[in-house]
Amino acid sequence: MMGRSLTLPTLLGVALLIGLAASAPWLKFVFTIALAKGLAVLGILLLLRAGQVSFGHALYVAVGAYTVAFARPTVGDVLLLLPLAVGAATIVGLLVGLFVARYRDIFFGMLNLAFSMVFYSLLEKLYAYTRGTDGIRVIPPTIAGLAFERVSYEWVMLGLSLALAVGLGFLARIFLASPLGQALPAIKARETRLEFAGISAKRVLLVSYVASAALAGLGGGIIAMTTLHVTPLLAYWTHSGELVFIAILGGGGAVLGPFLGAAVFELVRVYAAAAFPDAWQMILGAVLLGIILFASRGLWGIYEDLTTRRAARP
Amino acid sequence: MTLLLLLAVLDGLAYAALVFMVAVGLTLVFGVLRVLNVAHGSFFAIGAYVAATLGTAAAATAAAPVLALPVLLIAAILVGGVLGPLVEKLLLSRIYVKDHVLQLLVTFALFMILEDVQKLIWGVQPIFQDAAVKALGPVEVGDIVYTRYQLFLLPGVAATTLVGLMWFLRRTLTGRVIVAVTQDREAATAMGIDAQRVYLLTFTFGTMLAALGGALASPTSSLVPGVGVNMIVLSFAVVATAGLGQIEGAALTALLIGLGRSVAVYFAPEFEVVIPYIIMVLVLLVRPYGIFGSPELRRV
Repeated sequence: MMGRSLTLPTLLGVALLIGLAASAPWLKFVFTIALAKGLAVLGILLLLRAGQVSFGHALYVAVGAYTVAFARPTVGDVLLLLPLAVGAATIVGLLVGLFVARYRDIFFGMLNLAFSMVFYSLLEKLYAYTRGTDGIRVIPPTIAGLAFERVSYEWVMLGLSLALAVGLGFLARIFLASPLGQALPAIKARETRLEFAGISAKRVLLVSYVASAALAGLGGGIIAMTTLHVTPLLAYWTHSGELVFIAILGGGGAVLGPFLGAAVFELVRVYAAAAFPDAWQMILGAVLLGIILFASRGLWGIYEDLTTRRAARP
Repeated sequence: MTLLLLLAVLDGLAYAALVFMVAVGLTLVFGVLRVLNVAHGSFFAIGAYVAATLGTAAAATAAAPVLALPVLLIAAILVGGVLGPLVEKLLLSRIYVKDHVLQLLVTFALFMILEDVQKLIWGVQPIFQDAAVKALGPVEVGDIVYTRYQLFLLPGVAATTLVGLMWFLRRTLTGRVIVAVTQDREAATAMGIDAQRVYLLTFTFGTMLAALGGALASPTSSLVPGVGVNMIVLSFAVVATAGLGQIEGAALTALLIGLGRSVAVYFAPEFEVVIPYIIMVLVLLVRPYGIFGSPELRRV
């Protein structure tokens, strides 16, 4: 069951994104960050399919980002740094996942929050290694052996993120349609019956959890190479909250949801966070409440409703 | 060395008392409403801020030393009495029928909102008001000069809360009604109990406990944005280690985690924040539902 075709909306989205980035140069940065967060949110979406929400996935974004920052002095190329970031996040995800995949609902969400806050405080306190809240500067790496000047570097990073987003979005779609992916909604609906069918719910959740950690790590790696500076704030709960927020905003109905949500989120943030720096979380919270209570399928759900009505499906 | 250890134990006791006040409210609300309230940490923080504001106002009056302690209680009652019913009526009552993840998201959204409400009202600069500690003065324990506030008042209030709550739930009619709703809401409703009212009452009381925890904590440390999140995560660790819904268990684990943390403060300060979670993870590895918890019935 793959649902409706996403080819047209994806192509439209890619064209719109490149067009906007070409007309307003500062948007390249915004969109690259949005795509990176979209990748992390894609991971959150896998878990949401199983009815589980993690309030700590910023942990893996931070692991990916700090891996890039730590490895950058010895490893100089994006094509090596990104796999390193993903690898580190995968390992941490497996270790934490072995523990948290035993839990559901409240415990799952809060244990993830606890792990991320522990990591945050370690990043902050172990000054000798992480330089605490000052963070670490990342020197722009080469891409496939080529050193780019600033504008082309931004373009290449955007293109790379876009390619990764489309590729991994496609993979996630295949995964969700596979037997393993189809077991995820079963965890949400009736876990016991899934076990009766001979499928280990814990293993299904663990696989998705590790995949979500890897996606978040990749997003973190891209963020580190785009902002060229990493700080412990990447692991802070507000950042995890943002990821959950984007997932709910975009909607869990399709793999395009996370990217749609992330793009809207980052664009609004550019203006709103500057205009109301102390009320930003409040706005997010209020919108989150509104979506949960009144439009639980998110932006993608609204898009689906609009296009379905126009096509006048029986 | 022994001096440091003694100091660590004293600090640990005082800290455990504060954590217990917050954790017991969290676990009580969960036990009755079956909702884990992430915004519980915000109630703690708002209780602390209101207490500091009232304390500063009281310090300006002639009756300053007499008022220093009562304002803490007044702050808790005020915050709990206003925010508790407001949140329960406007928000939680809409989501009791929804699934756990949505409930968690709703309280998380509330938490995000309340975090900024604090920033908008009290700003981001540290606020410090220790009139209550000064009012009680110092005391000597061996070679250590300690505050009476932390040595007697905090553990005293926590112990009174624990004993009082157990007495209330087991010996009074209202308490037994609350327990009945917790055990079987349908049967209790059929017996003529107004479950809505019990929910409202319990949530308001739980909010007051969190706010009291914050009010009691306010004279011992400066208030900065972020105190709420640290407290919700820590009190969740306590509640999870004890087993969700366990009240006496929460007291014991609060003590365990409070002492563990304060020993770390003196002997391995980098790992201060990590110790409670190491304790939690170790306990949960052996007993997945906490020391005193038991698995919920499986749905088939």
